[in-house]
Amino acid sequence: MKGAGKIDPLADLSPGSVCQIVSLELSGLLRRRILDMGIVPGTIIRCIRRGPSGDPTAYLVRETLIALRNEDATQILVKRLSNGEENV
Amino acid sequence: MILSAEKKKSRKDHIGLSEAKNQFSIALAGNPNVGKSTIFNALTGLHQHTGNWPGKTVDNAQGDFQYRQKSFIIIDLPGTYSLLAHTVEEQIARDFLCFANPDVTVVVLDATCLERNLNLALQVFEITPKVIVCLNLMDEAQKKDLVIDLPSLEHELGVPVIATSARQGEGLKELREKIYQVATGSLQTRPRQIVYSSDVEEAVRDLLPHVETIANNPLSPRWIALRLLDGDGSFLDSLSNYLSIDRDLSPGWEESKCAH
Ligand SMILES: Nc1nc2c(ncn2[C@@H]2O[C@H](COP(=O)(O)OP(=O)(O)OP(=O)(O)O)[C@@H](O)[C@H]2O)c(=O)[nH]1
Ligand SMILES: [Mg+2]
Repeated sequence: MKGAGKIDPLADLSPGSVCQIVSLELSGLLRRRILDMGIVPGTIIRCIRRGPSGDPTAYLVRETLIALRNEDATQILVKRLSNGEENV
Repeated sequence: MILSAEKKKSRKDHIGLSEAKNQFSIALAGNPNVGKSTIFNALTGLHQHTGNWPGKTVDNAQGDFQYRQKSFIIIDLPGTYSLLAHTVEEQIARDFLCFANPDVTVVVLDATCLERNLNLALQVFEITPKVIVCLNLMDEAQKKDLVIDLPSLEHELGVPVIATSARQGEGLKELREKIYQVATGSLQTRPRQIVYSSDVEEAVRDLLPHVETIANNPLSPRWIALRLLDGDGSFLDSLSNYLSIDRDLSPGWEESKCAH
């Protein structure tokens, strides 16, 4: 599978792909919010779909759908586990 | 540090808790929409408080009940996912738990998504030891074929865990009895504490002696130290407000600030 195991920003994932959180390069309240949503290192999340203008993007986290701005998702680093539609 | 009765009373007044003499105060905390108000209504026999939290005062979310010749006042807190991220609801819930010193805090969790809900429980465990976990929506969990190992969960968390289906009135008798036991001290709780990375734990250890010098402080020094390390300005504002501490005059604060 192409690209599996690579470290990338969460924002780079295409819908359908699954990844595991490696680190949060965020600080302060935003970091706190993201952690409280259950996005912590080790969490497996799936990219579901992009908003109409490509932003925000919906992710499935612990059986809950969560929308993140791409600006914030760029600062969340992940390891790809399986790729989405673009690479299938 | 023990508060004088007078100080304690005025602080409760400030936060809107009209607690009578010899009455135990019980706080209901939990994520939004997990059934807190349903439990509140079932315990108090009240029906008026059904909608969402108004977010301004705790007065209209209070009710009382009698059990085994004891009187309890119960406060339905706004639903929150966290106590640390500073929405209005979170600040109300946090300030109540920190400064009104409830005798028991019941953390209501959605049994169908424990993973998400336990975050709040662990945060509450850092504020107060007198906690009961109420696993509500057990009927929904059963529908999803979820099996929850209650004894193990209780063992892992270090506090009583009561399973309820509040809408059906199931488990509320047990909940009432546990509230009584924890409030009167006949049942001791030992909530699991998060151990952070060694540098955070070291920084907490460095801060503790300074935090312990804060006068009239009913709060866990560890909790205060962790918030200082967070740089949680909203919490420090509440702390100085409720404890009437002049941040700039207290030597403890100055050194704590330098340390973080
Ligand atoms: N199936 C089921 N539904 C429940 C149970 N407990 C509460 N509900 C329902 O869940 C919904 C939310 O209940 P509330 O009591 O308003 O929840 P809350 O925690 O007070 O919600 P917020 O105040 O918004 O945080 C209501 O429709 C209740 O009837 C339960 O044990 N099982
Ligand atoms: Mg409610």
